[in-house]
Amino acid sequence: MDQFTINLLFVGASFALYIGIAIWARAGTTSEFYAAGRGVHPVTNGMATAADWMSAASFISMAGLIAFTGYDNSTYLMGWTGGYVLLALLLAPYLRKFGKFTVSEFIGDRFYSSSARLVAVICLIVASVTYVIGQMTGVGVAFGRFLEVDNTTGLLIGAVVVFAYAVFGGMKGVTYTQVAQYVVLIMAYTIPAVFISLQLTGNPIPGLGLFGTDQESGEPLLARLDQIVRELGFNEYTAHNGDTFNMVLFTLSLMIGTAGLPHVIMRFFTVPRVSDARWSAGWALVFIALLYLTAPAVGAMARLNITEQFWPNGTEGQAVSVETIESDPAYDWMATWQQTGLLGWEDKNGDGRIQYYNENSTAMQERAAAEGWEGNELTNFNNDILVLANPEIANLPGWVIGLVAAGGLAAALSTAAGLLLAISSAVSHDLIKGQFAPQISEKGELLSARIAMAVSIAVATYLGLNPPGFAAQTVALAFGLAAATIFPALMMGIFSTRINNTGAVAGMLAGLVVTLVYIFLHKGWFFIPDTNTFTDADPLLGTIKSTSFGAVGAAINFAVAFFVASITKDTPQEIKDLVEGVRVPRGAGAAVEGH
Amino acid sequence: MSLDKTSAQYWKANVRLILISLVIWALVSFGFGIVLRPLISGIKVGGTDLGFWFAQQGSILVFLALIFFYAWRMNKLDREYGVDEV
Repeated sequence: MDQFTINLLFVGASFALYIGIAIWARAGTTSEFYAAGRGVHPVTNGMATAADWMSAASFISMAGLIAFTGYDNSTYLMGWTGGYVLLALLLAPYLRKFGKFTVSEFIGDRFYSSSARLVAVICLIVASVTYVIGQMTGVGVAFGRFLEVDNTTGLLIGAVVVFAYAVFGGMKGVTYTQVAQYVVLIMAYTIPAVFISLQLTGNPIPGLGLFGTDQESGEPLLARLDQIVRELGFNEYTAHNGDTFNMVLFTLSLMIGTAGLPHVIMRFFTVPRVSDARWSAGWALVFIALLYLTAPAVGAMARLNITEQFWPNGTEGQAVSVETIESDPAYDWMATWQQTGLLGWEDKNGDGRIQYYNENSTAMQERAAAEGWEGNELTNFNNDILVLANPEIANLPGWVIGLVAAGGLAAALSTAAGLLLAISSAVSHDLIKGQFAPQISEKGELLSARIAMAVSIAVATYLGLNPPGFAAQTVALAFGLAAATIFPALMMGIFSTRINNTGAVAGMLAGLVVTLVYIFLHKGWFFIPDTNTFTDADPLLGTIKSTSFGAVGAAINFAVAFFVASITKDTPQEIKDLVEGVRVPRGAGAAVEGH
Repeated sequence: MSLDKTSAQYWKANVRLILISLVIWALVSFGFGIVLRPLISGIKVGGTDLGFWFAQQGSILVFLALIFFYAWRMNKLDREYGVDEV
């Protein structure tokens, strides 16, 4: 059986499973549609949250970013897990106690203002839609790759599948589908990592293998990696090369953004009790940590494997020959990935060998001059292919490669579905029922939720075909917005009784506008190319890149809200009572149907 | 009145627990993982130093421990102050 058939089998079987579950668990009532009737166990909920959270960015992209940058990209690891501490301690239990369905309902009630609710809904929709565009781009690339169709066809097939289970399933369908997706994606991520860790270090746990001994050289794995990348003129893997202040801000932005993303917060409405909401955040992080503790090992080991494949005789010896690349089965992955346009090499000096090194390093330029090299001959290696190509690079069996294909798709699809659900509830529950047509029937609300989903997936698919920028840029905008708008509003709503309606609205608007403007100044207005005044290489404010600005936006939100609240009328007594009520678990009964 | 006093104390105990947890949260990630890494670089771990381990493994493990500790401690606090769900 060839690899294409194996991939098809794995992808097909996993999809049949997801769709089967979605049909089996179809939602009947609005309560079930949004919050699965609050009957989801904390462990189940944690697993679904993990699948929801770990998108194409975590699964496909992150290890590649770490592999080619090293220590400096630890920001992703700390940022995307540390946010759960904020969620568990500062938001989850109180929002569950509040007992409504959506994040904007809390903001609207707590700040006793329909404009606060409207501003929150707008922030939620903008953040979720931008995030889902990035996911749909990932869905298209992954489908295209494994079904061997072009990107457009892949994206359209993916859109139909996401639509099928998100629209017909609702939260209940999505919850159980996402449990299945979690199982598929975590196996797909860890099994190849365990194989590779065993090959290199003899330790079956990748997170331990990373700090273990490279069996071939007898040296510590990371010391060996530092040495060979240094010998090729690259920055040492474990060294800190970037700007420390920007690294701190970027990590903080990812953390706050995590705690402000509506599709993650919504998950904590679906557990039965307040104490379960506390546990649930912990369980979510357990399942997320399984991938996040493995990712740095995947990155380092893949970097070592790849470098050694190009320098089979050591970095001082001869580079790999073109003939070997074309004939040796160990190098088959290069031809496969070359077809995608994401990997490229060229024998520039015509010596029949492919020299891979850092052509910008002075030491390497001297060696190149001495040996007659004419530049780095591995001309293109897209970071995003690393995780998907990793099992092929390590010569793992065909079924492992098929499993990774299914896992990558599961990661992208589950997040897209969760985001669509957040968007649809924001539109139907908060906008239509909350603002424009409070008398709408339950059936009408459910219908409008499904229409909202269909419309947003159409928009996301269209923009996924014609992306406003790289997926990473759109994802950064989503995080920055969530960090600068939603998180501060929720936190002040719970921890301060002093913040009033005007303060909250002013704070959210200030955070939103300043963050958007800062991102547009660096990435182009509305992401239109060449309309930017600054670049992230030389940012407007010192070393603060536009991706790190979310934390600054959040600080502005807090400051503006406190200032405006201090010069306007105090919050009414009934709101103070509401806040007092949210702070204690007792009395958290069934959900109260809003408005 | 006595009920109000109890819930005020409960909230104070909760905020204190949150503050302690967040200090640890910041210390292992922003501290040991980034800013304080040079200070603890003398401690070697598997081919590199302790700060690198905190940035790529340790901080995540501490985050996990923190959330479970907080959940356990708060659920106990709920019962002590009689504000748990019945």
